[in-house]
Amino acid sequence: MTIYLFYFLSFLAILCGLMVILEKNPIHSVLYLVITFFAIAGHYILLNAQFLAAVHIIVYAGAIMVLFLFVIMLLNLNKETEPHKPIAVKFAAVISAGILLIVLVGALRSTNSLPAPETINADMGLVKNLGKVLFKQFLLPFEVASILFLSAMVGAVMLGKRDIK
Amino acid sequence: MNTIQTIHINHYILLSTVLFCIGVLGVLFRRNAIIIFMSVELMLNAVNLLLVAFSSYWNDPAGQIFVFFVMVVAAAEVAVGLAILVMIYRNTGSTDIDVLNKLKG
Repeated sequence: MTIYLFYFLSFLAILCGLMVILEKNPIHSVLYLVITFFAIAGHYILLNAQFLAAVHIIVYAGAIMVLFLFVIMLLNLNKETEPHKPIAVKFAAVISAGILLIVLVGALRSTNSLPAPETINADMGLVKNLGKVLFKQFLLPFEVASILFLSAMVGAVMLGKRDIK
Repeated sequence: MNTIQTIHINHYILLSTVLFCIGVLGVLFRRNAIIIFMSVELMLNAVNLLLVAFSSYWNDPAGQIFVFFVMVVAAAEVAVGLAILVMIYRNTGSTDIDVLNKLKG
């Protein structure tokens, strides 16, 4: 059962990931990317990262993708205004990405394969355990992340203003 | 669920590799800057998936915490990147990255 679910979610993620870059209309690309993110969230649930799956859907599908959709609709991008690269450049891009894939898969195949883990902790991905680790072991990076967010927000507002005095 | 015991970790490495390569392909293949941003998001998510898989494999929650920080960086990147993109569209009238070759000299 689990293995079928794994293959189904993997197939869905890869197919929709390909459709993101092959689709001509940017709005369809965003919608395919949302499906990819949902498939990845399904993988998180399979891997006992329940809280992370919820956060992933809220942050990516809920916030980031809506931002993308807003910008695409604001700029009025569609199929007709879509710029295209020459066919030779597209061919070179496919060759380069294919070679990268072959190199990475080849490196994976030449390594010693890891044995399956003996014990697993099914409660690890719950918010109780993650919160303990986040606020004890990773408190300083957490605070630094808030400064990063503040500076990103100030930067976005600065860039978005029409005339800066 | 004990998925990581039934499904070998190599499957997850392979899936992440494929998703990452699709992201690289998107960056090289398209000229629309928004699609390039989306491809970068896809690459970040491939890495996130691998971090979660290994965190589950080694029973170490630090991997999942790291995914939170990657999400923070991705959200900040998108906010600033899309603001820059809107500025570019206001000045040049398109989101084509090949228009932006002023630094070539």
